[in-house]
Amino acid sequence: MSSRPSAASEVSGGDPAGRLVRPFTLTGGRTRPSRADFTLITTVTAVDPPPAGAARPQPEHLRILRHCARPVAVAELAAHLDLPVSVIVIMLCDLLEAGRITARPPREVSGVPDLELLQKVRDGLARL
Amino acid sequence: MPASDTAVRAPAPPDTLKILIAGGFGVGKTTLVGSVSEIAPLRTEESLTAAGLDVDDLDGIEEKRTTTVALDFGRITISDDLVLYLFGTPGQQRFWFMWNDLALGALGAVVLVDVRRPKVSFAAIDFFERRRIPFVVAVNGFHGEHPYPVEDIRDALALPEHVPVVLCDARERESCRDVLVVLLDQLIASAERTEARV
Ligand SMILES: Nc1nc2c(ncn2[C@@H]2O[C@H](COP(=O)(O)OP(=O)(O)O)[C@@H](O)[C@H]2O)c(=O)[nH]1
Ligand SMILES: [Mg+2]
Repeated sequence: MSSRPSAASEVSGGDPAGRLVRPFTLTGGRTRPSRADFTLITTVTAVDPPPAGAARPQPEHLRILRHCARPVAVAELAAHLDLPVSVIVIMLCDLLEAGRITARPPREVSGVPDLELLQKVRDGLARL
Repeated sequence: MPASDTAVRAPAPPDTLKILIAGGFGVGKTTLVGSVSEIAPLRTEESLTAAGLDVDDLDGIEEKRTTTVALDFGRITISDDLVLYLFGTPGQQRFWFMWNDLALGALGAVVLVDVRRPKVSFAAIDFFERRRIPFVVAVNGFHGEHPYPVEDIRDALALPEHVPVVLCDARERESCRDVLVVLLDQLIASAERTEARV
């Protein structure tokens, strides 16, 4: 699999200055999501048709909307658009506030385990 | 609203779940994800924080609380309404404390062990044990060879009886699928015990 990321680039910690300038410009200088409800596996879907009287989205917001015409997980959006998850989440907050997307949180797994769900996952895996 | 109007709408979003694939650097995490995923492994960057840690977890970490970490992940569609994601955790040991964020909401984990270098996966085993997150240990044989019996590996890793240990080949789809099935069997058995108690 030639597209496999190399192990050497696994962690790019440290100073995010330089490299992240462009993405953070897109979000108007904000660096923290205002909503914690976008996890990596929250699925987002563009609202179609857009709400009446909606302003024309910024180009980067439009890119996101195009990628979530069908439901897509936040992590997948970030990977496809090649932007850090934190940046995608900030833009998703804007889109959610503007009524341009809907968001579905992941299946809750803490608390009482759901046997039926686990069995369904097991059966699905066994069929692979 | 007539049916023809709704027919073109996006399908309902599926329920989503995740399983973590953990272990030391170079043990085969990305390889395993690629073997069972229906898409080529994707990569994204996530800012992870050191929030909610025990004080001793922060030893050796000066002021830095947030680091950008690259995550590899894959996807398995279980059914129209259920999708499972596999996330390879960052392997470098000095970032293991950042798995807190990732572990939140996970069904469970697979700790991959390189049969030649079991020590590099100690931190991962310790992490899931301490947080009581269900996990299985999958021993990647690398050359498809498994020189040690499972019980020797269990002893070497000081694993309690309730943690399943399975031999695998991270390059083989069926082998990786079987590892995930063992994890689900463990989750099901534990859920059944919980049900029996209430
Ligand atoms: N021969 C062999 N090579 C493997 C196996 N699993 C992984 N590798 C190779 O070992 C290297 C590290 O694997 P990778 O999946 O990137 O490890 P990660 O750091 O845990 O994600 C890569 O070059 C893989 O191709 C295996 O089972 N056998
Ligand atoms: Mg990797």
